[in-house]
Amino acid sequence: MPDSIIGQPLDRIDGKAKVTGRARYAADVPASMPPAHGVLVTSTIGRGEITRIEADDAERSPGILLIMSHENVPAQAPFKPSGLGGSRHARAKPQFNGTRVHYYGEPVALVVAETFEQATAAARLVRVSYRTESGSYDLAEGRRLAYPPEHIVVGKTDSRIGDVDRALASSAAKVDATYTTPYQSHNPMELVASLAEWSGDKLTVHCATQLVNSAHRSIASTLRLPLEKVEVVSEYIGGGFGGKLPIYGDAILAAIAAKQLNRPVKIVLTRQQMFSVTTHRAATIQRIRLAAGEDGKLSAVAHEAWTQSARMDEFAEGVAASTRAMYAAPNRLTTHRVVPLDLPVSDSMRAPGDAVGQLALEQAMDELAEKLDLDPIELRLRNEPDRDPETHVPFSTRALVPCLTQGAEQFGWNRRSKIPGRLKDSHWLVGLGMAAAIRPNYRQPAHARVRMDANKHVTVEMDMTDIGTGSYTILAQVAADTLQVPVEAVSVNLGHSTYPETPGSGGSFGAASCTSALYDVCVALKKKIDAGESPGNLQAEGQSEPGSEYENFSQYSYGAHFAEVAVDSVTGEIRLRRMLGIFDAGRILNAKTARSQLIGGMLWGVSSALHENAVVDVRSGAFVNHDLAGYHVPVHADVPTAVDAVMLAGFDDKSSPLGSKGVGELGICGAGAAIANAVYNACGVRVRDYPITPDKILGGLMQQNVAQQR
Amino acid sequence: MRAFTYERPVDMAAALQAIARPGAKFLGGGTNLLDLMKVEVETPSHLVDISRLPLAQVEETEDGGLRIGATVTNSDLAADRRVRERYPMLSRALLNGASGQLRNQATTAGNLLQRTRCYYFYDTAKPCNKRSPGSGCSALHGYNRIHAVLGASDACIAVHPSDMAVAMAALDAEVEAQPANGNGRRIKLVDFHRLPGTTPQVETALREGELITAVLLPRPPFGGQAYRKVRDRASYDFALVSVAALVGLDGDRIRSARIALGGVAHKPWRAHEAEQQLVGKSATDDSFAAAGAAAMTGARGYGLNDFKISLASRTVAAALTEAVQQAHLGKG
Ligand SMILES: Cc1cc2nc3c(=O)[nH]c(=O)nc-3n(C[C@H](O)[C@H](O)[C@H](O)COP(=O)(O)OP(=O)(O)OC[C@H]3O[C@@H](n4cnc5c(N)ncnc54)[C@H](O)[C@@H]3O)c2cc1C
Ligand code: SF4
Repeated sequence: MPDSIIGQPLDRIDGKAKVTGRARYAADVPASMPPAHGVLVTSTIGRGEITRIEADDAERSPGILLIMSHENVPAQAPFKPSGLGGSRHARAKPQFNGTRVHYYGEPVALVVAETFEQATAAARLVRVSYRTESGSYDLAEGRRLAYPPEHIVVGKTDSRIGDVDRALASSAAKVDATYTTPYQSHNPMELVASLAEWSGDKLTVHCATQLVNSAHRSIASTLRLPLEKVEVVSEYIGGGFGGKLPIYGDAILAAIAAKQLNRPVKIVLTRQQMFSVTTHRAATIQRIRLAAGEDGKLSAVAHEAWTQSARMDEFAEGVAASTRAMYAAPNRLTTHRVVPLDLPVSDSMRAPGDAVGQLALEQAMDELAEKLDLDPIELRLRNEPDRDPETHVPFSTRALVPCLTQGAEQFGWNRRSKIPGRLKDSHWLVGLGMAAAIRPNYRQPAHARVRMDANKHVTVEMDMTDIGTGSYTILAQVAADTLQVPVEAVSVNLGHSTYPETPGSGGSFGAASCTSALYDVCVALKKKIDAGESPGNLQAEGQSEPGSEYENFSQYSYGAHFAEVAVDSVTGEIRLRRMLGIFDAGRILNAKTARSQLIGGMLWGVSSALHENAVVDVRSGAFVNHDLAGYHVPVHADVPTAVDAVMLAGFDDKSSPLGSKGVGELGICGAGAAIANAVYNACGVRVRDYPITPDKILGGLMQQNVAQQR
Repeated sequence: MRAFTYERPVDMAAALQAIARPGAKFLGGGTNLLDLMKVEVETPSHLVDISRLPLAQVEETEDGGLRIGATVTNSDLAADRRVRERYPMLSRALLNGASGQLRNQATTAGNLLQRTRCYYFYDTAKPCNKRSPGSGCSALHGYNRIHAVLGASDACIAVHPSDMAVAMAALDAEVEAQPANGNGRRIKLVDFHRLPGTTPQVETALREGELITAVLLPRPPFGGQAYRKVRDRASYDFALVSVAALVGLDGDRIRSARIALGGVAHKPWRAHEAEQQLVGKSATDDSFAAAGAAAMTGARGYGLNDFKISLASRTVAAALTEAVQQAHLGKG
């Protein structure tokens, strides 16, 4: 496909609208009349009952229009905990559902006023009294409550092949280590927000959602409205990362308040509320056991995971799921246990399961390589499976080996000293580390509608979203290429529930699912043109869905990360110097937006390794550092310019007719482990408790100083 | 945020009169005060914006020092050639603080009076003796990784977060304050901030309604200067520990030394004993390591912040080493 427009590094077609401010996000959309503003009041206990709500002072506050709580909220559909089947995100989300408090920071009241400032001030005047119960907020301690979930996000709870214990007992080298990862909060730049407006008996909600389709169902079912009486619009989303898969109280409550006030109502969460009102990535405890012979071949891989799950709503992160397909070994074990805690609801965050699972597995592989006195790349090469090690079906494609070897070459892996602490640059200790990456490829059914007018201008309509990834652009490229028109002749309309259904943005399935459907529909339209129908009112609509390739082939994307870090020998401060990722994600649909996605993922891996940590105060169940001054992500100074992502040429015909696989989440997988391994290589301190901060390095450095003085 | 009124006087007399109104507060750059108002930790009913007062100059004083007006921004002060050449540790400290945008807005007086970044202080739903005297200290047995290891009390273990003030403490700066009635006075910077004791809500020696008009730097001290800040990320982050150090040499011997620490106490912490101990010693790693240990005499950790004690010792030694390098380069 040499001159195909698909794959070209086109600038995003929505870029101009974004940089000029014409792109309207949920909270920017003008309503038919000035909206009233709602502000949430959230609980200040982690578990218990609301005993009293005193709103007198708030009611007397200027500009107040409405105060709502469990005492006066209209009836809504009941809440069904997940696990009872059906789509988790399309469920009814009734608000102010009784007096029970399930977690700290749960919405308990809504204050609506003429202005945002008035509502904010009055929200602080609502006094809520509670009967506090003692709750469980500590993952390590809560492990005694752990239970096996029915299933994990995708896949079965446990897998067991052979006898791991026996293999470990008789192995030449082994690792048995426990790794922990902290809570993380998505915190996209755009706060979760909704603007609801009624026109007669029809409701329109502009909200920041990744999944228009399930938002539509969730809002309609909560309010017991027929689907056709609800429209959801989400044309632009300022980052989602999984945090905007579900809808939250803002959407439901704005709709209810707008009805009662007969006026549009807007609700925007505060940054602090983003930590508790929206979902988060669960903290994990992971035990990894690896055994290998002197030949460096793995005889056993065991990955056991414990994750937090909200007591009120189960979510079982698939921490060890991809370990099932990563390396060959005759004896294997993966288990998942959830620990029910009285904390906010956990759910997917960029590469759920894999992002945290590979922080552990890929660090353990580094530890094993050292014990075997083997280069960590060589260890991986020696354990490359020729088919899926657990399902035994062939891989659709698997280019991990080229990722590893090309990356080693390009990064200058031979500069790495096998012995830690050898490379010095004034007071900095410099180290190199690597890790492999794996991420399942999911494709889902999707629909599309395409029209061509008399001027051969093409209009695409899908309820897909663009959460900053480049969906608008790749869809335009696919339509342009298939219909043989310039990209400028294609308008892509997304983010309306009135458009044909798609799975939306999540799980990196959006691109492959939506481009497949769009491709099929464009092919159908092309046939009409080729059959002599003239452009004008030409239209085609249809859908595509994956076939049996999922059972018959093991489908993943792969990558290899290489990182160079410097550790301050005095203070333990860690700074990234350069980083390279080589990736295999089938055919790339737009080399620019895909690269941005991969680099974004890699940097989130850096963030996971070194920075992010939403701290729970285990006395109250509250997230302590709930703002962006306290919750750290890397800033520009943390990211050197020498960060690059390279995509190998590929085509996976089992994944989609266009040969692409998901890239959005691949970049984060393994990235943090490469950093951790580089830190170890730099200074010889192994930190298994993420994030790796100076305090955790310092103790190790001091022990080394003592050892040197002896 | 509560509703408030606002005025912007153009002369000192008007400002001092305006501040007499109950519930009034001065507004500098607003980078701290407005954040605190948004979460209702501060609830002034009237703001007196001092940005139009004639306090934005850096002037040379008769005794060879500098007089820094209260509203000089952190960016302007850091970029001032006299500061960069004569007080490099101050310029370094400023540039290590916050971000470019914040430094453009933040003022000298506002920086001195910025409040602690203790998480619990910012959250009105949590007990905090500093915000709500007598309610208890949530950090004492809570998430106290960023808290104090020197001079704290069971009532409060918060730290003062400023970088600028640490360098000023090392430079023997003085704060110039103007009460509503009467003459202006000077307060030594090291005495300006208080230790928490049983009244952590009283943070400085400034009296009600008093306006900071300037910070005075005495003539530049003899010796090489360094400022070393340790933090979790490379920028836009408060200090876990910071050290302003000065070493004046007489051949290989240390003639004078100054050490001030940030991120370890409720105030910028001068380590006088460690300084004295260095005088007359030779400028070696061992001397500096000993000074680092001496600087932390009496330090106590509260669990998650225990690491700060050894971190601070090591950082003091490293900063002294750097100061010596600067002295050899003739920068001081
Ligand atoms: C995200 C973030 C990161 C930061 N990182 C750092 C850092 O790394 N290091 C660091 O040192 N600082 C840091 N800061 C803090 C920043 O330096 C302070 O917010 C700033 O210096 C305050 O100055 P201001 O002029 O904006 O003060 P304001 O917010 O205007 O005022 C602060 C206080 O001083 C009072 N005040 C102001 N002027 C006078 C006067 N002349 N007389 C009497 N009272 C007065 C006000 O009433 C108020 O109580 C950071 C801030 C933020 C938001
Ligand atoms: S350390 Fe001080 S500021 Fe923090 S909670 Fe305790 S009393 Fe409040």
